[in-house]
Amino acid sequence: MIRVRLPDHLRSLSGAEREVELSVNGKPTQQLVLDALELRFPALKGALRDPQTTRRRPFVRFFACGEDLSHQPMDLPLPLAVANGDEPFLVIVAIAGG
Amino acid sequence: MAGVRVLVGTRKGAFILSSDERRRQWSIAGPHFAGWEIYHMKGSPVDPDRIYASQSSPWFGQHLERSIDGGITWDPVGNEFAYDGAAMTHQWYDGTPRPWEFKRVWHLEPSDLDPDEVYAGVEDAALFKSKDGGLTWKELAGLRNSKTGSSWQPGAGGMCLHTIVLDPKSNGQIFVAISAAGVFRSDDEGETWKPANKGLVSNYIPDPTAEVGHCVHKIAMHKSRPEVLFMQKHWDVMRSDDSGENWYEISGDLPTDFGFAIDVHAHEPETIYVIPIKSDSEHFVDGSLKVFRSKTGGFEWEPLGKGLPQSNCYVNVLRDAMAVDSLDSCGIYFGTSGGQVYASSDSGDSWEAIVRDLPPVLSIEVQTLK
Repeated sequence: MIRVRLPDHLRSLSGAEREVELSVNGKPTQQLVLDALELRFPALKGALRDPQTTRRRPFVRFFACGEDLSHQPMDLPLPLAVANGDEPFLVIVAIAGG
Repeated sequence: MAGVRVLVGTRKGAFILSSDERRRQWSIAGPHFAGWEIYHMKGSPVDPDRIYASQSSPWFGQHLERSIDGGITWDPVGNEFAYDGAAMTHQWYDGTPRPWEFKRVWHLEPSDLDPDEVYAGVEDAALFKSKDGGLTWKELAGLRNSKTGSSWQPGAGGMCLHTIVLDPKSNGQIFVAISAAGVFRSDDEGETWKPANKGLVSNYIPDPTAEVGHCVHKIAMHKSRPEVLFMQKHWDVMRSDDSGENWYEISGDLPTDFGFAIDVHAHEPETIYVIPIKSDSEHFVDGSLKVFRSKTGGFEWEPLGKGLPQSNCYVNVLRDAMAVDSLDSCGIYFGTSGGQVYASSDSGDSWEAIVRDLPPVLSIEVQTLK
């Protein structure tokens, strides 16, 4: 299972818990994890990726195992520790107090 | 029992204020969508428990919500707003061409006939329509593809289609207003469009009487008389008696003719309301808050301040933040940048705050429940 950790705003949007567990078919990639996340929580469709371009939204980034994965190819396999559920896949958003 | 439901969109969530027809005691529900910008909420005239809400965030983009129980529960609907046809450009602030890019929904206008039919005015300016209750959206691309589209330019708030006025007689006429392009009219349910800005004079643009380029802030119509339109422009309060073919100024004796909101009394088509502010940078008038009412369709205006703060008040009222109910004694409502929602149950003669400390108010809509 892949563990995905979500920021507060996306939890209120989707009704998801802070951390959700997802299974994906095949070797997990960012693309597959985000597809599975949107399938499980349809309200998140368009929140992380622009629905037209499918590009990551500028104020959203993805981290795992201390690495910024945001600029890596979306079809690159995720680190083994994420794939086997030892480490979460983190959705991190730009910090703002406004 | 008859009553009123006030739908309040704010910078940080949505609130629903409810009262019986006396409008003395109010219950306040919310925040719905806490933390999200709610540009607009509006209910279906056919099915008042069907309410649409535009929920957006700079982080997570546009989302749309729909309620079928009067705003108690909500479900997400479609948020894919794909511009139709070939890529086009409009003018950027510096005059260079810039591709259209969807940012958010500013205004939702449900049909007078079908609860599943709803229009959305968006930034960058375009008009979309849904026939399935908001699940899917299709652009009415004739507007953007009309001959002036490539010359449209944003105002400081973005290039937004913020006003949609539907013909209550269902003859296929639709008016929209875009900042800063102006008013456009379709006579065929949105297939084709033409500018409707003749008579507008905007001295802060290169050609003050240009066909497009006017910063129209809001237009309003009384449903019994769809050929008459009222407009609050960036500066100037205007009127058209011929469905937007020609406009003339009715600012008259207003202390200033800058403002955002304008609306029409529910039962008196010649009674209109504006909330003037000093200028495009000073969004207040001398520290006092006053609504101005004309009972003569313009030119002659009276200040209405009873019950409103008359000193040390520096709040603003945005374009979509004033609405009326249709009870026998018409109620007028507006929300401020300071989070107050004021109501008058006597057509504006006196006012009181329904609620005082919401986040900054972006929009107000009122449902009269029979």
